[in-house]
Amino acid sequence: MTHIDEPADEPIAAAGRYLEYQAIDTGYRAVRWHEKTLYEQSRPGSTNAILPPVEPGIAALVGDVVAALPVAARRARPPEMPELSEPEILRHYIRCSQMTYGYDSGNSMGLGTCTMKYSPRINEQLAASPKVKALHPLQPEDTIQGILEIMYGMRNWLCELGGMDEVTFQPRGGGHGAFTDACMIRAYHHARGDDHRDEIITCAVSHPCNPATASAAGFKVISLYPDEITGELGIDALKAAISDRTAGIMMTAPYDTGVFDSQIAEYARLVHEAGGVVSLDQANFNGVMTRMRAGDLGADMVHFNLHKTFSTPHGSYGPGAGAVAVKKAFRDFLPVPVVEFDGTKYRLNSDLPHTIGKIGTFMGMVPNVVKAYAWVLSMGADGLREASEWAVINNNYLIKKLLEVRGVEISWPNRRKLQEARFSLAKLHDETGVGTTDFNYRLADFGVQTYFESHVPRIVDEPVTPEPTESISKEDVDQFVAAFHHISAEAYSNAEIVKTAPHRSIVHREIHDYENLTQVPFTWRVWKRTHPDG
Amino acid sequence: MVDRKSGAEAARQSVAAPTGPGGGAPARSGGAPGRRQAEDTAPARRSSGAPGRRRIGLIVNPLAGIGGRVGLKGSDGVETVARAFALGAVPMAGARAEDTLRALAGRVVAEAVADARRGHSSLIELATYPGEMGADVARVAGFEPVVLGSIEAGATTGADTRRAAEALLAWGAELIVFAGGDGTARDIFAAVGGSVAVIGIPAGVKIHSGVFAVNPRRAAELVAEFMAGRAGLEDREVMDIDEDLFRAGTVAARLFGYMRMPYARALVQGAKAGNPGGPSTLRDVAFGVLDEIDRDPGAYWILGPGTTVKAVAVELGIEKTLLGVDLLHRGRLVAADVNESQLLAFLARKPESVRARLVVTVIGGQGYLFGRGNQQLSPAVIRAVGKEGLVVAATLDKLHALGGPLLVDTGDAECDAYLSGHIKVITGEADRVIWRVTA
Repeated sequence: MTHIDEPADEPIAAAGRYLEYQAIDTGYRAVRWHEKTLYEQSRPGSTNAILPPVEPGIAALVGDVVAALPVAARRARPPEMPELSEPEILRHYIRCSQMTYGYDSGNSMGLGTCTMKYSPRINEQLAASPKVKALHPLQPEDTIQGILEIMYGMRNWLCELGGMDEVTFQPRGGGHGAFTDACMIRAYHHARGDDHRDEIITCAVSHPCNPATASAAGFKVISLYPDEITGELGIDALKAAISDRTAGIMMTAPYDTGVFDSQIAEYARLVHEAGGVVSLDQANFNGVMTRMRAGDLGADMVHFNLHKTFSTPHGSYGPGAGAVAVKKAFRDFLPVPVVEFDGTKYRLNSDLPHTIGKIGTFMGMVPNVVKAYAWVLSMGADGLREASEWAVINNNYLIKKLLEVRGVEISWPNRRKLQEARFSLAKLHDETGVGTTDFNYRLADFGVQTYFESHVPRIVDEPVTPEPTESISKEDVDQFVAAFHHISAEAYSNAEIVKTAPHRSIVHREIHDYENLTQVPFTWRVWKRTHPDG
Repeated sequence: MVDRKSGAEAARQSVAAPTGPGGGAPARSGGAPGRRQAEDTAPARRSSGAPGRRRIGLIVNPLAGIGGRVGLKGSDGVETVARAFALGAVPMAGARAEDTLRALAGRVVAEAVADARRGHSSLIELATYPGEMGADVARVAGFEPVVLGSIEAGATTGADTRRAAEALLAWGAELIVFAGGDGTARDIFAAVGGSVAVIGIPAGVKIHSGVFAVNPRRAAELVAEFMAGRAGLEDREVMDIDEDLFRAGTVAARLFGYMRMPYARALVQGAKAGNPGGPSTLRDVAFGVLDEIDRDPGAYWILGPGTTVKAVAVELGIEKTLLGVDLLHRGRLVAADVNESQLLAFLARKPESVRARLVVTVIGGQGYLFGRGNQQLSPAVIRAVGKEGLVVAATLDKLHALGGPLLVDTGDAECDAYLSGHIKVITGEADRVIWRVTA
């Protein structure tokens, strides 16, 4: 890695940004350990627990435990596990955590479409309670009435918020929720003898999981692009896509551009008229929570992300929790079981005539449902509305401040934005050669989470997509914007320092080699195979 | 960015490896017309370049675009050039090429810094023709080019462009970057065909071909992407119009063939995004069209020109003309390279119960659906097939690179209006997009 000294203050001061630099000079330097994996640190003979010998009476009663296993299941030799003492293991994980940047260590408003909001610790404690942790999914219903009540309670909240009639918590995330929708659309048409309906309509500013899951479910995908002026799909474009082969539409609302498409109700009417199903992706629900109900706009099914809107933690790909809510007409297609209540007792019903079957195990990611339910109850209906309003206000404050930064523009500037907005550094790029990826790496030098650039396809050049949510303070936004001012000034005066960033992080640029994933050592065994010389 | 290993390797080599014995000396920018100018700086063919270096050729047509600002609608031919000079025209192509080379030098510096902070010329071995045909601007931009061939300064013609392209190919160029217009593209195509990748820096009056970058800076980015191995190669149309007709107000663009041009794939996305599967391919698109054909097997299928439509024919196992319009019925080629009247005769003869369908693609970089390179598909043919019989096919990359709507210019305002609106485009076996069409 090339070391580049920090720029002299003069050009920054000349650009009138010295004060901002002072404001963001947090002294951030990422902690870096030359930390080896536990396997590499292993010292044969080290141990972290010495178990007492099995008492003779018990040993005699149990007999040879290995003999009880089928021959094919027995290992020829013991597993190759690292051998270390307990403090060595603890140190390892503490060091790894020190090299990690996350929501709890700093300003993380950059990750747009992720809705990175604060996860209250008290909800973590509730979910970690033995009353939740010690439950077994195969316990008789009579013994898990409490957790079923929580599931049913959360179901009721989501039905109310989405204008829907039934909910499943089985999907493990947003994409999984979209896949559940696609499978139900397929099952719905099959049940009606409409198997010729093989096209799903979606759009380029919806989450990529919408077309991807439709495709995974066997549909052809027709993508619409937003109008250059309005940012909406438009009736004419939709009509060009609709035919007797239309199975449905799967779209995100609001879009990742922060634009809410004002014609969704009309889209739903047209798709219904053609015999299709309407699925709304509500991963961006934070921008409209309590102020818009998908069911009222004509949606037949929606998915919510408990790990975004409803505060349960996420990042590093889990544990997420998607929740799919449907109108009555689609209840029989849901994955099983669903939680029911007869007025006195909760039960699990697996007897739905057209169910698509299992989309995940048991009831879903139960601890996340507990956390989300606790959050919803602590907020109340008014609190949810206020959270959504603050998320939108924070985002619009961010928009106003970021547009004061030289070289920063915004897509669809004439449209009001809700939970997030897609900015563009195309002007900065044209004028300085510094693109959004360079800019983003430099941002990491200031102890600020890098931002999300864009989903694919990239229809905005050099994109920037932050999302503040309701959890951040005005000071957080100001710090983020100050960093932008500083980096922009650098781009215009000393572009090289931006192009060679980051300079204070534990690693230099990530090298993604998606074409050689088979060579990436995800396990110790693969590492040894691919690195025979160590 | 540049492959780190090869970048470092190239940087290590940069001290020892000469970039050509003529490097460093400023070239004479002009000479007396009629005197053959040669710098004689390099052998016509070198056995091998410095390891890790990429061989890039540069051709500047110094007279490209000279007729534009003085209203001559083109610069082809010695007489036109003379008229342009008489009207006070100033050569601009060199400046456009210089913009590209400077931006490229900047990109290369940024990439090289990450590995070795060596001079920018370490990663590129640039060869070009003397003086105003490339050597001058290359040096101004900081390169030390290998200079091939000879020219008559101030009096270059298309023949020089053709000789330069041949010389660069013989030298071993992987990519020829040229500043010019449609006429220049035609000359290069005539010399080297599709045997080497090209990137056009738009500097001409007429830019109907698909082999041009949007502007000089984008051309530089494409070169950098190509060098880094991140750019795919795509067949792009080489087109030109009859300048005399154009001056009389008629656009009659003719398709001359295809050259291979790098196109930028989407840059690697952040962790959350991701379609690591890469761009759609012609074969994907062909399968999508085959799906439509399978659904309407009894129809007459008119196959328009272009590599995208040819890919369909390849999958069907039939010989299709690349530049012509062919007719298909029940899996068999009924007629090849038909003109408008032949097509209309076929359509008039077919039973009314049998539909006619028309497969067309989009001109890369331009976006024309009708009116450029496929004039056989006249308004009368389009009306006979009807909008509902139209099948449009293109890769998604081609559409995204347009950055705007598809265009129709059939010469018939009513037909253009009929085609305008939104249309379904097949972009893969199971992928379609809805794209706007305007006149």
